[in-house]
Amino acid sequence: MIDAHLVVRRPAFTLDIALEAAEGEVVALLGPNGAGKSTALRALAGLLPLSEGHIRVHGEEWRDRPADRRPVGMVFQDYLLFPHLTALDNVAFGPRCQGVRKGEARRLASEWLSRVGLADHAGRRPRTLSGGQAQRVALARALAVRPRLLLLDEPLSALDVDTRREIRAGLRRHLAEFDGASLLVTHDPLDAMALADRLIVVEDGRVVQEGTPAHVARHPRTDYVARLVGLNLYRGVAEGHDVKLERLALSAAESLGGEVFLAFPPSAVALFRVRPEGSPRNLWEATVGGIEPHGDQVRVHLEGPLPAAADITPAALAELGLAEGEPVWAAVKAAETHAYPA
Amino acid sequence: MEVGSPPPGGRGPHHRDPHHRGPHHTGPHRWGAAVNRRAPWVLVLPALVALVFLVLPVAGLLVRAPWSTLGTRLAQPEILDALRLSVVCATLATVFCLILGVPLAWVLARVSFPGHRLVRALVTVPLVLPPVVGGVALLLVLGRSGLVGQWLYRWFGVSLPFTTAGVVVAEAFVALPFLVVSVEGALRAADLRYEDAAATLGASRWTTFRRVTLPLIAPGIGAGAVLCWARALGEFGATITFAGNFPGRTQTMPLAVYLALENDPQAAIVLSLVLLAVSVVVLSGLRGRWVS
Repeated sequence: MIDAHLVVRRPAFTLDIALEAAEGEVVALLGPNGAGKSTALRALAGLLPLSEGHIRVHGEEWRDRPADRRPVGMVFQDYLLFPHLTALDNVAFGPRCQGVRKGEARRLASEWLSRVGLADHAGRRPRTLSGGQAQRVALARALAVRPRLLLLDEPLSALDVDTRREIRAGLRRHLAEFDGASLLVTHDPLDAMALADRLIVVEDGRVVQEGTPAHVARHPRTDYVARLVGLNLYRGVAEGHDVKLERLALSAAESLGGEVFLAFPPSAVALFRVRPEGSPRNLWEATVGGIEPHGDQVRVHLEGPLPAAADITPAALAELGLAEGEPVWAAVKAAETHAYPA
Repeated sequence: MEVGSPPPGGRGPHHRDPHHRGPHHTGPHRWGAAVNRRAPWVLVLPALVALVFLVLPVAGLLVRAPWSTLGTRLAQPEILDALRLSVVCATLATVFCLILGVPLAWVLARVSFPGHRLVRALVTVPLVLPPVVGGVALLLVLGRSGLVGQWLYRWFGVSLPFTTAGVVVAEAFVALPFLVVSVEGALRAADLRYEDAAATLGASRWTTFRRVTLPLIAPGIGAGAVLCWARALGEFGATITFAGNFPGRTQTMPLAVYLALENDPQAAIVLSLVLLAVSVVVLSGLRGRWVS
């Protein structure tokens, strides 16, 4: 059980976050670059002193413990495998530092290497390993010290898309087998959703949202999270099904009162060249701000009273004949707009 | 935007258009893209003179060398003695510098303490100090009646001046900054995050230094040691001041060259050739580090 309150003050930046993680739990710190996620990891590892706060692991205070006396395993963003040691000796390094005899440390290391599927790469130097292999050696090296807390700093960001998918699946399995707490830092929502039991969203050094991946994805509370999970997000005041936004009122599926968030996916937006017949409730006139491919769809960025993204098919785009700067009517079904308390 | 150079074997047809102004003509990184720009003679002429100035003396040494009698002269015991003494002393001085200089470089590169800048400046003083002054200073401190030397003599009966050990001390004094500066540079250039990684694996600072930092900066230490050794080998001023000029005991190659120039210029040339050969070997050892 880890309970930490991390405060790190820098001249132009303050990190101030509280986090908890249980045995066997995988927590992801998700946030944009520069949010302070890596700073938090370095503070937990003891590579950076806390300005204030505490780090308690099983009731023990770690705050004044140097890095080499904390039972953590850390996987660095670019792995930092020691270039002068073989894969085997990299993994054996930790056990050796813990006083394990050379032969025994090597036996342990080769066990870990086979666990990550690299038994036949034991004698290789890091520079002869592919990115995916290096990532797995780094994971084996971190786990070989039998840590209570596993820290992973953007563990997949240095990999190409195909390798990433494969390594992500392997990492997921190893994290599930690991009996200590894992803390993963990433700016990729897909990695976070796929690997973590719980997300902590960090922006500007603070926690802005916390919850299970499914909950965070459905109820984003900041523009950053909304963009990550691909939703249009607004803040407004609800009166029953009606939600009053800054310059427009929409009607939502839920009936609420007071400050709310309102979210809908870009696919729920329909576009029309002329004002549609029958006037659906959630209708407004917008200007096309930009058009870009988005998967096999086309994403249209709308400006006007309600800045929003709309996904339409290329065929629909051709039919509408839209171009930047042109007016367009946008509508979204009430059943697809989702309101929740702010 | 097109990045990279045009394909070999000719330029694309659109490049022939004289009015074409592609972005690749204005890119800031296209070194040497301009043709027909002549280097100004005010720079070329001094450059040539400088080159001749550097090469001519060495060439002169080779031209005037007594090639026919070289073999017998090299086998003369005085020359062999001086050579042996030089190599032994320079090697001992380098070992001494490695044992003390690498830790000093580590402290300068990795530990912050008050007066850090002052200490760094002090370390480099022997770099700019005339070696003769260094020799005088060593005499004042380590001489038989010197500040430290009198105690060395009284307690241990050790007297350094005018001994082979004195040669090693003089050479180490002059050469140590070379090692410290280059090892400190290597330490500062080394990726500190490897040391972080070692710490998270439970390595103490000493283990980290021994098993991670040292192997990572080994090339830098090697280069520093070679430089240090070369400096020690050529040491003249501090050596002759502090250790004197006794054949077989303190007369190293540079001292022998200087002495021979007065009574046997041919021998001086031969000795110089040997030192030149050693320099070339050292230079080739450093190839790719500072000389490429």
